Amino acid sequence: MDTIPPRHRVHLIARHAESTLWLARYIERIENMARILDVTNTFARDADDSRNWLSIPRINGDLVEFYKKHTEATQRTVGEFYLLDETNPTSVQSFITAGRENARTLRALISTEMWLQINVFYGRLRALTAADVSPDRFTAVCAMLKAGAQAHTGITEGTLYRDQAWHFYMIGRYLERADQTTRLLDTRFHSLAPRSDTADADLAAGQWNALLRAAAGYHAYRREHPSGYTAPEVACFLLANTSFPRSVGLNLAQVEWHLTQLRARYFLRMSDALERLDHLNGTLTFANVAELASRKLSPFLDYVQREIGALHQDIVGTFAF
Amino acid sequence: MQVGDASQSQVQSQSQGTPHGTLQGYDPNSFFCEMLRPGQPQHPTLTLLLSRLAALPIASLRHRAQEAERDLLERGITFTVYSDATAIDRILPFDLIPRVITPTEWHQIETGVIQRVRALNMFLHDIYHDRKILADKIVPAELVLKNAGYCQAMVGFNVPFNTYVHVCGTDIVRDETGTFRVLEDNARTPSGVAYVVENRHMSLSVMSDLMTSLRVRGVDEYGLRLHNAMAEIAPPGVEDPQVVVLSPGIFNSAYFEHVFLAREMGVPLVEGRDLTVEAGKVWMRTTAGLAQVHTIYRRIGDDFLDPDAFNPDSMLGVRGLIEAWRRGAVAIANAVGTGVADDKAIYAYMPRIIKYYLSEEPILQNVETRICAEPDSLAYTLDHLHELVVKPVAESGGYGLLIGPHASKAQLADFRVLLKADPANYISQPTLKLSVSPTLCEDGVRPRHVDLRPFAVTGKDTWVLPGGLTRVALRPGSLVVNSSQGGGSKDTWVLA
Repeated sequence: MDTIPPRHRVHLIARHAESTLWLARYIERIENMARILDVTNTFARDADDSRNWLSIPRINGDLVEFYKKHTEATQRTVGEFYLLDETNPTSVQSFITAGRENARTLRALISTEMWLQINVFYGRLRALTAADVSPDRFTAVCAMLKAGAQAHTGITEGTLYRDQAWHFYMIGRYLERADQTTRLLDTRFHSLAPRSDTADADLAAGQWNALLRAAAGYHAYRREHPSGYTAPEVACFLLANTSFPRSVGLNLAQVEWHLTQLRARYFLRMSDALERLDHLNGTLTFANVAELASRKLSPFLDYVQREIGALHQDIVGTFAF
Repeated sequence: MQVGDASQSQVQSQSQGTPHGTLQGYDPNSFFCEMLRPGQPQHPTLTLLLSRLAALPIASLRHRAQEAERDLLERGITFTVYSDATAIDRILPFDLIPRVITPTEWHQIETGVIQRVRALNMFLHDIYHDRKILADKIVPAELVLKNAGYCQAMVGFNVPFNTYVHVCGTDIVRDETGTFRVLEDNARTPSGVAYVVENRHMSLSVMSDLMTSLRVRGVDEYGLRLHNAMAEIAPPGVEDPQVVVLSPGIFNSAYFEHVFLAREMGVPLVEGRDLTVEAGKVWMRTTAGLAQVHTIYRRIGDDFLDPDAFNPDSMLGVRGLIEAWRRGAVAIANAVGTGVADDKAIYAYMPRIIKYYLSEEPILQNVETRICAEPDSLAYTLDHLHELVVKPVAESGGYGLLIGPHASKAQLADFRVLLKADPANYISQPTLKLSVSPTLCEDGVRPRHVDLRPFAVTGKDTWVLPGGLTRVALRPGSLVVNSSQGGGSKDTWVLA
């Protein structure tokens, strides 16, 4: 590879590398949460209201915590729990606070424009009130959250210097996207798996529709599969497809590219992570995913989630002392 | 801070013409005004600046001020104030009307600061080596050797170029005659330089029409100069020394400045936990393993630097750092043990210290200062308490001082007791009539008191950043410019 020989070696503090991973992950979580809230809000009125709203605490493994604070799942309670509740570690309030804290740690490293946008975005989120989770404001708030997270992504693309820190940042973003997509798929498979009779077909179609819309994949999926939905096809689209920006397959391929860059350009030992990734990619073939989706996908999704978590640990583990 | 008598009225001669336009009604009274500069030779740039300022509608100024405030908040140019469990990010209020320094004035400040830094470094070398100045009884030995800032670990230890104070902030005020006077030296970890540069960026963005074609000296060189000095003091034989900025972390109130310094120098911003001492050398933990560190610009107090050498409970420092430093494996700026030199009690001796080492008259005068440890001074201070400012020598940040003319009878009586109980802990100074500078206030452009903190960077030689931090007391009549007590800041324009 052609590189300009550096005047001197530019080191990256190990703690900062970990912070960049987390910064990317937290901002990505905000966007994902906004997508799920928004799409649930859109489709909830068509189906059993509380069952739909409850899918969000389920996705996040928050059922116990949610029921400690609320008795039923509605737009208002779920909205409060995820948009306003500072004590809930999976609320957008906690995400932006943690994201901003990581950005603050990295402030000497990231671009000033990245910091400025996060700081302003933080102010906007902190100013949310109960009025913002009311029916007439809900969608606008979700749009604001998505736009804020996407502005961050765009500013990062355009301004973050592409040295080691950038590679770690991108790994964080792709790991988080891969993880969120498995979670999204998991809840829908939970609710859809037992429903194979024709009476529920419309409902099922609505659910697949919502799932693909939450992942911003509805139209792309339509292009690939113009006739209806099947569980194997949706699962393959979200897990094995390597063109869809939020598919697990594409995101893991990106992680792999950044890991090999870190190894080749900065001589970082990434062997554990690359080996694990190799195994994981081997399971994400169309044939395998289609086969699993026709039977039971959940244990496989659990496995993918665990492996994504382990990948994060492998990566930060290479520079743990 | 010093106190002046605002009620005392005095007719002044205005060499720059009568204030008009936006400056209409601006009356500095008996105070020296940094913009109108009564009795000083005219400077054409200043005349032009004044006429431009006068022509700016007040509504426009207010609009610009709002823009600036929003921008500072959004960009997080803030310091953090802690109360109970909550942390609040505050901006240092920015007044958009610049404080101006003419070339002649700057020459005096620059040479005066360089002279003072030289004397401070010579003093520190002496008191940690031969102690000649103590033997010659220029400064009482007790005052130095029993000073809380005197560091035993430094005795006999040599630092590169005999430089102890690599970064010095000299607080300078101006009295009613226009005479500059040094109020105090900050020789440990002076802060505020980030605001100097950020204030300039702010001026360029909201006051560019005021600045157009004026020849104002730049402030962007600071990071480069600081890095050069840090590289100069690195252990010998290292071709491309690794410099780091050591910060207590994101919760420190001055964290923004630490970020600024690391960014401007292009070096890592580290915390104690990122550093380790192994095999007698200092290393930082990087993604690729341990990498050697050669110079540490630390923004952590002496006590917290190394739990082995100082405060054993410190979580912020690096175990074994001082030992590695003593063995010459790393450079630390500022050196440990400089606190003795910027102590308010030593300050009183600075004019004599300058004469002793340099055989020169001080270019910048002190404020007339009485050391209450001396019986005559104590008697004078007690007799004139109502007209003096009395300061505890070990405090900083404007706390615990008595401003005689503003104190009630009861407060004066209480303070008298404190002073008699421990006279060695106090110095007294006359109330100064601090100079003022036009400032945007609720009722228009009004005079507000200002001071100046230029920053001097010393490796082999000393360089002074043209300008410095101008702090302004925003409340009417107030002389307290400290950011912790409601002060703001201005951009400082040194004319070329």
